[in-house]
Amino acid sequence: MSEIVLRHVSKTYDNGYHAIHDVDLTVREGEFMVVVGPSGCGKSTLLRMVAGLESISDGEVLIGGHVVNDFTPGERDLAMVFQNYALYPHMTVEKNIAYSLKLRKFPKSEIDRRVREAAEILSLTEYLGQRPGRLSGGQRQRVAMGRAIVREPKAFLMDEPLSNLDAKLRVQMRSEILQIQRRVGVATLYVTHDQVEAMTMGDRVTVLRAGVLQQCDTAQVLYDRPVNVFVASFVGSPSMNLLHATLSDDATRLRVGTQTLDVAGAGPRPRLASYAGREVIVGIRPEDLTLEGPGEVLSGHVGHIEALGSELIVHFGMDARNYVVEDKGGSAEEAEELLEETALTEHVRNVARVGPRSAIATGESISFRVNMERAHFFDATTGESIW
Amino acid sequence: MTTDNPPVATRRRRRGVDRTPWGTYALLAVFMVIFLFPVYYLFVGSFESPSQTLDGLRAAIPSSLTLANYHSLSQTFFSSTITGSLRGFYTVSTLVSALVVAGGLIVNSLAGYALARMQFRGRRFLLLLVIVLVIIPFEAIAVPLYYMLNGLRNTLIVQALPFVGSAFSIYLFYTFFLNLPPQLEEAARIDGAGPWRTFVQIILPNAKPAFASVAILSFIQIWSSYLWPLMMTSQPNVYPLSIAIGNLIKQQSTPNYGEMFAFGVLLVVPMAVFFVVFQRWFIRSVASLGVKG
Repeated sequence: MSEIVLRHVSKTYDNGYHAIHDVDLTVREGEFMVVVGPSGCGKSTLLRMVAGLESISDGEVLIGGHVVNDFTPGERDLAMVFQNYALYPHMTVEKNIAYSLKLRKFPKSEIDRRVREAAEILSLTEYLGQRPGRLSGGQRQRVAMGRAIVREPKAFLMDEPLSNLDAKLRVQMRSEILQIQRRVGVATLYVTHDQVEAMTMGDRVTVLRAGVLQQCDTAQVLYDRPVNVFVASFVGSPSMNLLHATLSDDATRLRVGTQTLDVAGAGPRPRLASYAGREVIVGIRPEDLTLEGPGEVLSGHVGHIEALGSELIVHFGMDARNYVVEDKGGSAEEAEELLEETALTEHVRNVARVGPRSAIATGESISFRVNMERAHFFDATTGESIW
Repeated sequence: MTTDNPPVATRRRRRGVDRTPWGTYALLAVFMVIFLFPVYYLFVGSFESPSQTLDGLRAAIPSSLTLANYHSLSQTFFSSTITGSLRGFYTVSTLVSALVVAGGLIVNSLAGYALARMQFRGRRFLLLLVIVLVIIPFEAIAVPLYYMLNGLRNTLIVQALPFVGSAFSIYLFYTFFLNLPPQLEEAARIDGAGPWRTFVQIILPNAKPAFASVAILSFIQIWSSYLWPLMMTSQPNVYPLSIAIGNLIKQQSTPNYGEMFAFGVLLVVPMAVFFVVFQRWFIRSVASLGVKG
């Protein structure tokens, strides 16, 4: 069994900075777990704590059922892929891949067999005699993967391994990494700030903010049922539209700026009734705004349009206040503070995705149909989802 | 497609951007002559007769060359008991330099690495101390050292000992290690390497420029050091080359500049050879330090 289990793990630096706050997380055997969050949220620190490169201030890390808090990185039997690959520049590809096996005193024949096998899987056979400096970014990435898989470790740790590659290669390497992980079948903890990478790669995705675990679930659940306004805004591209709104006293209508939406079609949300007469935040995904069809009407004016070929991304303004999530990294205390809000009445902060041949022009007034069934509601004070 | 605008390169040429900077070249040539002339004069002078050597600018263009200065020098320093021998001076200088360079590389690289990478109480203070020690000249501590090491006078070890640990070398290693990506060591730790193995197998091979720089600088310093061996040696069998050339000047009632020039060449050649061997990494190190500020 090679699960990675984090029990109430915290990290406080000597200067008092609280980087990780009471994280509970289990990466199941064979699972590809992605930890995602904005820069400075503590995701790399969390990974490094699992690797043994950072000490653990509180809590326990278990690998394969054993508490490894006091184990050195080498004793944890993990393999790690770094953002900058961290290949040994003075060694050939072959020696880079074989290094950990040599340290573990594997017989030479076994080292050769494993290195050849890994090189074949990663299409590196012809580069075995070269030094990393002569390889392209993608090839270096493969060598780093080779170094990881050759060990047959209990778990893989990957710290933003694709962020140094160009966009096209990144997409290609995503599927290569996934294929390798499926083939090797070990628990993998993968850290990225790219939510698209997280959503497309992770069996489950953990969203971290300022050292606090926000939500851990499949990509679809994160998208459809975010636990709070931060997850809702972080997951999905373009981001969810978030607007300040007030629920009517009978909780049937929602006032958004000067406009009113009927919430009867919003589906079963038992807790919504308790917000009658109170301010809430309403969240609408860009694809849930359409130009035709049934639904409530929301009007605005077109700011600018991005034509992507397959669709139009319409940026539009409304006479309603947008809710802005502060997504910068900060202390855990800050994370627990209320989410900041900013009045941006006149700014073009809303986004809709419409068909590529829709007749829309910049500066025009526009009316969207809102799929209220897919709308999200959040507590205006705590930012939590209302279901 | 046609255009009225000339190509960018042509326009630049017209404005004179690509013009050869002859003024700069001329200035650099003047500096080159100023710096290289003494070296040229030393070499040429060592192959001239004593009268020619001091013949003003004409000495720079010799009419005849001779090995007489080298010959008489080897005659002067043939006996190893009274005057010392050239072979003996070379042996002493080589052994002392080897001790300083080898010992210095080990001691100072480890100290620099510890300061750059390890977290321990007093690290900042030690770093500050190293920086302060860089600016203290050796002459300032020569007398206290003399009294501390007086019991070791006329030995090889005493000539090397004060120069093994060098604040400047530690600082040079420190700045180099600071710029090495820490992920290299972290990858090695995860691969199962301990701190010593990481240092020897991962850090050391990637720190060749720093090692070459320290080796060259400390070699030049110790090979040409004069004050300390003058204070600590009084027997010809432990004289290094620098003391021997000093003694040669003192011994001659009428200075023989030809011999002095020849001895100067003998002193300089090993330094030049050492520099040529390590210059590839040395220049890379200087270049990389320049880029990284």
